[in-house]
Amino acid sequence: MSSQPIKFIQGNEVCVEAALYAGLNFFAGYPITPSTEIAEHLSSRLPQAGGKFIQMEDEIASICAIIGASLTGNKVMTATSGPGFSLMQEALGYAIMAEIPSVIVNVQRGGPSTGLPTHVSQGDVNQARWGTHGDHAIICLTASNHPDIFTMTVEAFNMAETYRTPVILLFDEVVGHMREKLVMPEPGEMPIVERLRTSVKEGVDFHPYLPREDGRLPMSDFGGVHRYNVTGLVHDMWGFPSNSPQVAHGLLRHLVDKIQNNVHEIARYKTYETEDADCILVSYGSSARSALHVVENRRKRGEKLGLLELQTLWPFPHNIVRSVCARAEYVVVVEMNMGQVMEQVKLAVGSDQKVFLANRIDGVFINPTDIRNILRLIQGKGV
Amino acid sequence: MSIRNDIRERFFPHMWCPGCGHGVILNAMLHAIERLGIRKNEIVMVSGIGCSSRISGYVDFHTLHTIHGRALAFATGVKLSRPELNLIVPMGDGDALAIGGNHFIHAARRNIDMTAIVMNNRIYGMTGGQYSPLSGEGILATTAPYRNIDQSFDVVSLATAAGASFVARSTTYHVQQLTDIIEKAIRHRGFSVVEVMSQCPTYFGRKNKEGGAVEMMKLMKDRTVPKDSKAAEEHPELIQRGIFVDKDVPEYCDQYARVIETARKGR
Repeated sequence: MSSQPIKFIQGNEVCVEAALYAGLNFFAGYPITPSTEIAEHLSSRLPQAGGKFIQMEDEIASICAIIGASLTGNKVMTATSGPGFSLMQEALGYAIMAEIPSVIVNVQRGGPSTGLPTHVSQGDVNQARWGTHGDHAIICLTASNHPDIFTMTVEAFNMAETYRTPVILLFDEVVGHMREKLVMPEPGEMPIVERLRTSVKEGVDFHPYLPREDGRLPMSDFGGVHRYNVTGLVHDMWGFPSNSPQVAHGLLRHLVDKIQNNVHEIARYKTYETEDADCILVSYGSSARSALHVVENRRKRGEKLGLLELQTLWPFPHNIVRSVCARAEYVVVVEMNMGQVMEQVKLAVGSDQKVFLANRIDGVFINPTDIRNILRLIQGKGV
Repeated sequence: MSIRNDIRERFFPHMWCPGCGHGVILNAMLHAIERLGIRKNEIVMVSGIGCSSRISGYVDFHTLHTIHGRALAFATGVKLSRPELNLIVPMGDGDALAIGGNHFIHAARRNIDMTAIVMNNRIYGMTGGQYSPLSGEGILATTAPYRNIDQSFDVVSLATAAGASFVARSTTYHVQQLTDIIEKAIRHRGFSVVEVMSQCPTYFGRKNKEGGAVEMMKLMKDRTVPKDSKAAEEHPELIQRGIFVDKDVPEYCDQYARVIETARKGR
């Protein structure tokens, strides 16, 4: 039994508590619904812990400021919603290119454009993957309930430091604003990853962009003994711009490989009753709660239904989806968009015919009846 | 100690065109830093994108070459998390005041302790000579073939109005004054803005028939007067040089330290 307090709080607040647990000490942000509470709570909590909170003039400035702060050795985060996330894309690419550990929270709302500010959507799955220009890999995590928001937020910081990369936490309005119970983990209960710092002594040539054999790059804090260059241009192992095809090729391969080669390490997911299921629901975020309700409800009536809940959206765990869905007759992807994850599930399953979509795109939370109606259609039972 | 110690010599010769004013500014900046005696590990230079922003690659400090227009936002993150570091932010006119205009006024409003150097050559050099927000009406540029109709910003008035606590202007002709001003700007505790009028003979000078680098520098000599001088009074059409604002205003990181103190008392 944990001696930590049991809290009845909002999803956005859980993200705050988890970020502090993971060691967050610098946050820059710009308020936008439905992510605002993250900034509000951190403005009070961070200075209490000796950390820094700054409300910048816009979202672009916010992500730029956390990149700067990360370089001095801080654990950093910003939080936003759809339109703000769009504004951050260029600097997100910079953080990928310059390999800056950072966490970017996007509490999704309806879109495109200003869309539905106070309504739910899961429409930013592909923006998280491909919003910034150029070829790259990305890590994007999500969650459907408070304990998982806590876990995935801590994991986001751990992965950011492990892989020297920005990590996106893609929540949605419902999980962000929902209130439910959270039992805070004890200090030390969850592993916390600190960034790898170089052991190269002062005066010895330091290569900030020369990966070790395991692909990791030890860092040196700005203001420390090693002076080096950080740029968004293609750069050599010292961080200086280069036009060499070999350097460009090597860098891009490194950026992609360090994440794609670790899909199995990064993949987080949950399965419910999938082993004997002939119909598997695949879902994530708040819609996975409705999907789980359907599975539990229909199992009682003897239907062989299972749920695969994805918590890592990118890199997409194709192998896991493939193996979990291998013996299912139908796969139904439950999401609040036009099928952004469904496209990946189709690739994984390798068949267009058995993958279906149960979705809502009207800003209204997808409920178990919506999913049940789609299932009846697929099963030829009518609505 | 020689300023050669502060540059990354292996990247020279630099990529600037012959006659470009940016080298003069780099030189003045390094001399100012030498006079101040700041240790290299205590300096972070943050730049954006453009000819000006290549400066960060040439100097042996902690250097951050960022994205277009956002240098001050990156610098704000560095400074607030490590207030003991000296932040110097060289920017071009487009970098500072077109794409980066919003960050410029807000950094000034916060009065965060960093030195913004606006290298004003009135043109976009790296992309080949398009007009900038400091080009001024009537100039010719590749995107103003019928002459520019956009009014120019006055960097000094803008920075002053936005709340910068140190505002100054000089030119690449007036190297001694420039070095003095940069030295004072770095020493100043708060947001310092130094506008440096610089020449781009390749794209501005040639197109606008101002001649080469030497002629352009002479023009800067002729078109500017010391602030508050008799000449300035008699010729209000001329541009004034000197320090326009130098005042003591609470600095952002100092203020934030008090926020932390208050927050901790409340626990």
